[in-house]
Amino acid sequence: MYLIKEADKKIKVSLFITCLVDALFPQVGVSMVKVLKRLGVEVGFPEKQTCCGQPAFNTGFRQDAKLLAKRFLSIFDRDEFIVSPSGSCTSMVRVFYKELFHDDQKTSNMVELLSTRTYEFSEFLVNVLKVDDVGATYKGRVTYHDSCHALRELRIQDEPRKLIKSVKGIDFMEMKSPETCCGFGGTFSIKFPDVSVSILDEKIESIIESGADTILSTDMGCLMHIGGALNRMNIPVKTMHIAELLSNR
Amino acid sequence: MENIKLSFEKDSAIALKNIKLQRALNKAIDQFRNVRWRAVREFQDWEQLRVSARRIKEWTIDHLDGYLEMLEANVINAGGNVHWASDANEACEIILDIAQKHKVKSVVKSKSMATEEIELNHSFEGAGIKVVETDLGEYIIQLANERPSHIIAPAIHKTKDDISKLFVEKLNTPYFNEPEDLTKIAREKLRNEFLNADMGVSGVNFSVAETGTIVIVENEGNARLTTTVPRIHVALMGIEKVIPRFEDLPIFLNILIRSATGQKMSTYVSLITGPKRNSDLDGPEEFHLVIMDNGRSKILSNEETRESLYCIRCGACLYICPVYKKVGGHSYGWVYQGPIGAIITPQLLGIDKASDLPFASSLCGACKDVCPVKINIPRVLLELRARVINDKRVGARFLLRIAVKLWRFTMENTSFYNLALRLSYILQKPWIRHGRLVSLPFPFSRWTKKRDFPAISKIPFRKQWKEIKDLEF
Repeated sequence: MYLIKEADKKIKVSLFITCLVDALFPQVGVSMVKVLKRLGVEVGFPEKQTCCGQPAFNTGFRQDAKLLAKRFLSIFDRDEFIVSPSGSCTSMVRVFYKELFHDDQKTSNMVELLSTRTYEFSEFLVNVLKVDDVGATYKGRVTYHDSCHALRELRIQDEPRKLIKSVKGIDFMEMKSPETCCGFGGTFSIKFPDVSVSILDEKIESIIESGADTILSTDMGCLMHIGGALNRMNIPVKTMHIAELLSNR
Repeated sequence: MENIKLSFEKDSAIALKNIKLQRALNKAIDQFRNVRWRAVREFQDWEQLRVSARRIKEWTIDHLDGYLEMLEANVINAGGNVHWASDANEACEIILDIAQKHKVKSVVKSKSMATEEIELNHSFEGAGIKVVETDLGEYIIQLANERPSHIIAPAIHKTKDDISKLFVEKLNTPYFNEPEDLTKIAREKLRNEFLNADMGVSGVNFSVAETGTIVIVENEGNARLTTTVPRIHVALMGIEKVIPRFEDLPIFLNILIRSATGQKMSTYVSLITGPKRNSDLDGPEEFHLVIMDNGRSKILSNEETRESLYCIRCGACLYICPVYKKVGGHSYGWVYQGPIGAIITPQLLGIDKASDLPFASSLCGACKDVCPVKINIPRVLLELRARVINDKRVGARFLLRIAVKLWRFTMENTSFYNLALRLSYILQKPWIRHGRLVSLPFPFSRWTKKRDFPAISKIPFRKQWKEIKDLEF
């Protein structure tokens, strides 16, 4: 396990916790704090943060998205590293803010500066801290679902797998098509619920087929969707954010 | 075309309940995804090929007027005729005109999405001219009086059994259930149509500006027959189909064919430059190229969505799309389906006619990763969503607008946000069962009908943070 040496300047991380984790899955945030602190990182939480504006952006309300994005930019203006338990929310800042402000040079420059310091949790551990093994243990058969934004906007694919495979006692197996969408898609899941659920059904089948008792991902959006169906169908597979896994000892 | 109003919501609901369709889609799509994957993987520098194709498309579309004029000049040079059609009506009129001038009684057609777009068959039938689709899939669709449900595989929604029954009913054949037998029947019927046709109508996969050549890719040989047997050949293309040079062609053949069918090369690639020459034994006496706009220049004029015109109609995005796999092609309501349909249909028909389509996607992005010309479909979808919301004719419903403003207002102010968390925690109580929300009121009922929703946490992270921020773990 890698620990940042005393002599080194401490790495400072600001948590971009996301509204979903804040309101519905606070334990994921707590797990993140544990893992980061154990690695010797100084963790902070800018308390003014709320939402990055993605729901508005994705539904076409660009003006509302811009207001929230600017607010986000001003809150995280000076932070060294911004780390989030979500590939989707990280994509919003790193990829879609550029889109949102492509005709606004001044804000674009701010976005450019901020987006190079913004990371999804698992890629931050593997690519910035250079850690694969955080010293976690877990007894169970797990499989990993690639969240669409983490995979296709941020190209995060190996990072979470490296971290998972380094967990002591873990039994990791790939499901069929881990890269296929779970059908969540934010408001898509409410606008076209039947289509969304039929895509979800196929994902649930793959998870069951894999024989795993725990389904992991980088994003609570996907896990909330998958978990919602698992619960409803009384399928004994646990959903778990990768931070929760990594904080387990 | 003016009266079309598409409803993805209604049509997809019907598709989801169609068990036969679900089975047909599942089988065909899983099979195809594997085949395509192999064809792409075995090509050493697929990514470089995509980049090249994309660059050529960008360049060509940015200099479209020049290349189209060059194409026109070279087609005429080769002895062909060129016609310009600004919309679907004009395109139909031009083609019908050619047919009537030559007293054409029967037409054979090879596969062409552009002719589907202008509903050319209706025009022919209205003028008393017999028209027969000769691509097997299109032939089946024509017999069934339906629309294609896939750009490349128009009858993908039909099972073997469906087709067998259709042939019994429409062609009075015995019931055969083997693809070979069914193909044989179609082949026998179609052979006569080819021999008796006065005119052949084809689409165009690519047209080469510097040589005036049109290129048609196919596997059945029906396009070769359509373009050579009848005495007149009319080809219809959208303005975006032109490529500058002959040497660009190998790039496009590779990316199109591998993406469309997973083959290295299609069985037939026809390169047609003008009509039959004096020394030729076969070929049409007259060749007409109809170059059609039909809404494309409007797309061209908009920088945000211009890349929609780079599409080469390979169908790869349909096959990879999780939404298409569930709802099939007919749910998209018009000629073009899947992710590419969701971006070009609203642009070609008008955003008010297809305001559902930009939202008919989970934005998973699988389409942009398979697209051989790297069209960022999710980005265009997002742009179109913004256009829908701002469009006075459709726009967002009043209540949605209010809800979004209210939500944004809450998110802009940390104390309101905290209050909202607290209120939601209290208000959710009547709906909690075993720690989860199982039947929420509308519109959230659309979630909870088949999925549980997690309960709002009593102590949100921001409160827990205060407890843990100074702890060592």
